[in-house]
Amino acid sequence: MLRMLLSPIGMVRRLIWQSVFLAIGQVWANKFRAVLTALGIIIGVGSVTIVAAGLDGMQGFVLNEFDKFGARKMWVWGDIPEDKEEVMSYSDVKMSVYEARLILQYAPSIESLSPLTYGGWDVGYGKTMAKGARITGIWDTWHDIEDRQVVLGRPFSKADNEEKHQVCLINEQAIEDLKLSIDPTGDYLLVGGRRFLIVGVIETKEASGMFGGGQSRVEVYMPFNTLKMMNPYSGTHFVLETISADASEAAQDEIRFILRNHRNLDPEEADTFDMFVLQSEIENFNKVARVIGMIVGAIVFVSLIVGGVGIMNIMLVSVSERTREIGLRKAVGAKPFVVLLQFLVEAVVLCLFGGAIGLLIGFGIVAGVGLIPNLPINEFEIPQWALWLSVGFSALVGIVFGMFPAIKASMLNPIDALRHE
Amino acid sequence: MKPGHGDTDQPTIQIRSLKKIFRVGDERVHALDGVDLDIYPNEFVAIMGASGSGKSTLMNILGCLDQPTRGEYVLNGHPTHKMGMGRLAQVRNQEIGFIFQSFELLSRATAFKNVMLPMLYSKRGVLGSRRRAKKVLGMVGLSDRMTHRPNQLSGGQRQRVAIARALVNEPSILLADEPTGNLDSKTTVEIIDLFKQLHSEGQTIIVVTHEEDVAGHAERIVRLRDGRVISDYSASEDPIHLDWVERMAAGRGNLAEVTAAEIELNSEADSALLEERGAEPKGRSIFARKGR
Repeated sequence: MLRMLLSPIGMVRRLIWQSVFLAIGQVWANKFRAVLTALGIIIGVGSVTIVAAGLDGMQGFVLNEFDKFGARKMWVWGDIPEDKEEVMSYSDVKMSVYEARLILQYAPSIESLSPLTYGGWDVGYGKTMAKGARITGIWDTWHDIEDRQVVLGRPFSKADNEEKHQVCLINEQAIEDLKLSIDPTGDYLLVGGRRFLIVGVIETKEASGMFGGGQSRVEVYMPFNTLKMMNPYSGTHFVLETISADASEAAQDEIRFILRNHRNLDPEEADTFDMFVLQSEIENFNKVARVIGMIVGAIVFVSLIVGGVGIMNIMLVSVSERTREIGLRKAVGAKPFVVLLQFLVEAVVLCLFGGAIGLLIGFGIVAGVGLIPNLPINEFEIPQWALWLSVGFSALVGIVFGMFPAIKASMLNPIDALRHE
Repeated sequence: MKPGHGDTDQPTIQIRSLKKIFRVGDERVHALDGVDLDIYPNEFVAIMGASGSGKSTLMNILGCLDQPTRGEYVLNGHPTHKMGMGRLAQVRNQEIGFIFQSFELLSRATAFKNVMLPMLYSKRGVLGSRRRAKKVLGMVGLSDRMTHRPNQLSGGQRQRVAIARALVNEPSILLADEPTGNLDSKTTVEIIDLFKQLHSEGQTIIVVTHEEDVAGHAERIVRLRDGRVISDYSASEDPIHLDWVERMAAGRGNLAEVTAAEIELNSEADSALLEERGAEPKGRSIFARKGR
């Protein structure tokens, strides 16, 4: 214990602690002045936390919206190129099940795929009819891609599709709208004049407003081949899942290669299909968020510099106010480095004090705004990085702007300092 | 040699042709103009002189608070004139206890904290420091005033806190610059008694003063004039002091009076200075030893 305190490291540590206590005492003795001095830092740190919380919350909100869709998802559909609008029809560019199998076989970045096709029939149960129900034909792989819980009954199987079973899955909304029994599995639903056995119920998932969803509606799913049998002319497109979110670029290239090859497109010809990949949209959004963050960061940086100048000013005042004290400390053996440390620590403590108040104000405002309902912001709270950033920045401002006054104090000649009035 | 010291004793302080030159505008003021002085362990020296004689400048240099323009100052065998700021701070911390006329206590801190201050910058551990501070405060008779702030203490008590602070790192020399200048005569006696007690315990003490009664308690009186040593006697042989004692005893006490002994000394110094400027080689002034 004694040896540790005697060691130079122990002494430096003791010195730093002494300086910290001294500095806290100094700030406490001049509370009002300290608050005024640190105002720049307070405003800087307060605004950085609020903006960071807002930005982070907005980003979280948008990414959450994307996430509802699934970041690994992509869609492929047939598309007539602009210069071919007069010579081609949609049936020429329609996606085919053969192409789906090609993609599954030759695209290593694709984990899973399901073709999608839609029907426009009325759906009825007993005397109740549901208009505008969405009827979708799917493969059983759809269950892997879409994150939709089967709450009752069973999901589709491969056989349902291959043997064109007249079975369907409905969503929970359908039970309500069609006044089905609580467990409708085993009941029959009338779709386009045919009886479909309800084999399972899946959860209703509200498509987010951002992607044109909003209201939930009655959804009926049937095997892809069953729907194609009822209406061979319905359009077809694919929903796919990549092996990872990062693989989206590779997946696009692979699909483009496979489809262009299969469709015998010459190099100068445009694609007769189109794709939508969520991941690239997320990246675009993140880019925008980063730019906003950088602009805000620059503004906050300027405000912290202004705050730092205030700190430097008051530290210079403090040094000349306490010149006699510095002289005395030097007279009893304080080395220049120790005096430097003392004033530097004081500047840092002052800045951290300002930073803490700024954080408190930031927390208060964030908590207050968080109470407002229906904000397009997810979990409006101060992210941890903003916390550390503002604390680190306050300390840095203290060191940078406290350095000059501290050096000034440390270089004072003891006898001149003692004679100072 | 000095009274009470054999030739083998190594001087605590050795000063050779020390000069301090201040620049005031275009003018150069020689505050110290070639001072030679040896001070031995356990001496009690009074440095006297009129204001402007350079005694405070000499004291500041002895305390390493200021640095000489030219000359050598060796403290305990260490040449301080060759040291940097950091090393000098260490010397002030370890070797020197400095007592100021205006006490120079930290007004925000208690007596105890004030005494702790020098140990903040020493290698002593926290617990050892606290023990030492309490002990030294006890030595100056302030055990019951440790938690008082300077404004709650009398002048004499404040100066005793300052003395405790000066002693706390066991310095080899105790320097006091007009320690009783701000005190009344009763507390002056208390402080002088404290110095005498410390001296009897082996402390080397140097006091700057312009009061003959304070100087009378020292063993040795060094007189400065215009930055030079003009006399260096033991207190019992110093003609000016003896003269002053005589006058006080006869009831003719007037501190401002210029006595015959002083006039004689001054003219001696002046003629010696002229002589030296003429042909005399530089070195230790011979007139300082006259009358021995």
